[in-house]
Amino acid sequence: MGRITLINTSRPENDMNRVKFENGRIRFDADRLFYKDLNFLLRDVLKEHKPEIISIHNVYGQRYIGTNLRQNVKIEIYGTPGNDLGAFMDGPTIEVFGNAQDGCGNTMNSGEIVVHGSAGDITGFAARGGEIFVKDDVGYRVGIHMKEYQGKKPTLVIGGTAQDFLGEYMAGGTLIVFGLYMSEEQRHRADFIGTGMHGGTIYIRGKVEEHQLGKELGKVEMKDDDWALMEEYAYKYAEHFGYNHKQILNRDFVKLVPLSLRPYGKLYAY
Amino acid sequence: MENLSRKQNPYNDGKVIDSCGLFGMMSLKGNTFSGEDAMTAIANMNIRGNGLGGGLAAYGIYPDRPDQYALHIMYENGRGREETEAFLKESFEIVFNEEVPHRDSATGVVNPPLVWRYFVNTLGSIKEEDQDDYVVEKVMFINTKIHDTFVFSSGKNMGVFKGVGFPENIGHYFCLEDYQGYLWTAHARFPTNTQAWWGGAHPFSILDWTVVHNGEISSYGTNKNFLEMYGYFCTMFTDTEVMAYAVDLLIRQHHLPIELMAKVLAAPLWSEIDRMPEDEKEVYTALRQVYAGLLLNGPFTVIIAHQGEMIGLGDRIRLRPLVAGLHKDMLYLSSEEAPMRLVCRDLEYSWIPKGGEPIIGRLETNEVIYQDKPVVVGMDKNANTSSA
Repeated sequence: MGRITLINTSRPENDMNRVKFENGRIRFDADRLFYKDLNFLLRDVLKEHKPEIISIHNVYGQRYIGTNLRQNVKIEIYGTPGNDLGAFMDGPTIEVFGNAQDGCGNTMNSGEIVVHGSAGDITGFAARGGEIFVKDDVGYRVGIHMKEYQGKKPTLVIGGTAQDFLGEYMAGGTLIVFGLYMSEEQRHRADFIGTGMHGGTIYIRGKVEEHQLGKELGKVEMKDDDWALMEEYAYKYAEHFGYNHKQILNRDFVKLVPLSLRPYGKLYAY
Repeated sequence: MENLSRKQNPYNDGKVIDSCGLFGMMSLKGNTFSGEDAMTAIANMNIRGNGLGGGLAAYGIYPDRPDQYALHIMYENGRGREETEAFLKESFEIVFNEEVPHRDSATGVVNPPLVWRYFVNTLGSIKEEDQDDYVVEKVMFINTKIHDTFVFSSGKNMGVFKGVGFPENIGHYFCLEDYQGYLWTAHARFPTNTQAWWGGAHPFSILDWTVVHNGEISSYGTNKNFLEMYGYFCTMFTDTEVMAYAVDLLIRQHHLPIELMAKVLAAPLWSEIDRMPEDEKEVYTALRQVYAGLLLNGPFTVIIAHQGEMIGLGDRIRLRPLVAGLHKDMLYLSSEEAPMRLVCRDLEYSWIPKGGEPIIGRLETNEVIYQDKPVVVGMDKNANTSSA
């Protein structure tokens, strides 16, 4: 069992015992640890030991886990991480064994978040890069204001369904909803999809009625490269969650794109 | 005076982002339990509040006096108490009264007032069906006419405990681990527009209705004016109060079912009404017209409770969070998922409700009513194999 020297945590004496080396990996007990202390401690441990994998246990609602980290590390989370998981993250992979709360992947720059469960509202909020995979459903306003610039392009993949305002104000990136737990006749329940959208693409597998769409976007035909992209992400999704990716591709997709890149360009000009 | 900024912002952040926290738990079979789990859960969302208000409501806690109205009253000075007790003696038969037990040693509680409780019957001349109205009228009289005195709980076999402090501190102060109830709600306050004082903490209550609220009611002025026409007067200097009175008016006085009450407060959007079948269209149009003054505008999530029922409701476009969970006979409602899982480690099922759709836990029928099919958030272990 190794010993960790801490650099700048607020209460080093209490926190020392939480971090242990076990079979070449670092195990971190977050039970009742205040979120700030958790994140300070995580940062210190990663900086000093540069582990490939660190697992955090007994997580109950601590916010901002993985925030602003810039290195290649896999962080496994057992429990229910709090809001803004992986906010501003730049590089790490986070795997959550449980559900994620609101704001998962907020303004994430690069890296990957894999949630073996569901995620709450505003998942992928303002993401600028990286990939997020959610096994089950997500809440409201998912993918709100995702954006892209040159080589930076975020992708958010949802296995289940999403609620209202999916892709609201979306400015770039790719949002994919597989609707895996729905029958062929059942329509997705999200209303106001893509309200204010002016960039990026939304792919939805299954049924979506016209009235569920925001005013700024329209359905377009799936082309070969769209299907190739779906196959790529169906495969990745299947790898993460143990699924047959061919089953994902057996149903039609709706492709949604903004009708204008500047929907309100004329609103303030005449 | 304690330096609150030190306590609330120990890391000296430039900006502390908070928002109120709500938690509710109910045994649908009426099994009772202490306030400890509710306190643990709300403490887990400690950072949603800032210590400027906390409180809990508990149902089924006075089984020895189930038929008497339990008035919880806070006095800021002795004169208020003298006047109030004289008024109570005129208006009620006081069966029993005592100071609400508390720990003087409790920390984190700011300037507690004297808090007293009275178990009362209405006078013999009051007909049974008029008793609730009578109590509302007397509570309104005390809260508007007698200085430095506030009745903050007036139901039967239930009670509100609240004040300035974090909710777990308030719960500890009032020894809530010693009470046994089947339904508890809790609130951690982050006051936005109004001052922090003991009466301004949540839950807000009239008779046995209580409300805990996260959000801002921007229609407060309109709602307040509407309620004043029916004899409800807002005295607590904060927006949430209108919600408690609106619910009492709609359900107890106008006999609306809870599902429709929810559709008054969080009315369906006109675009949704346009797509409804004719008969529904007629009902919802009428509701929006008759109760336009009770439509709650602005972001909100509330947990409303009364004897036998707990109701979770969010605004139509879900501008504030609410998560629901089920385990055996327990229904949980919470601002975040983690606290439910902290107090119920093997929670069977949890979901994110749709905005404007109430979740109703009902003791009478031992069931949870959710109009639409709940969206499954996780836990659907067979989903992988059953689809496609």
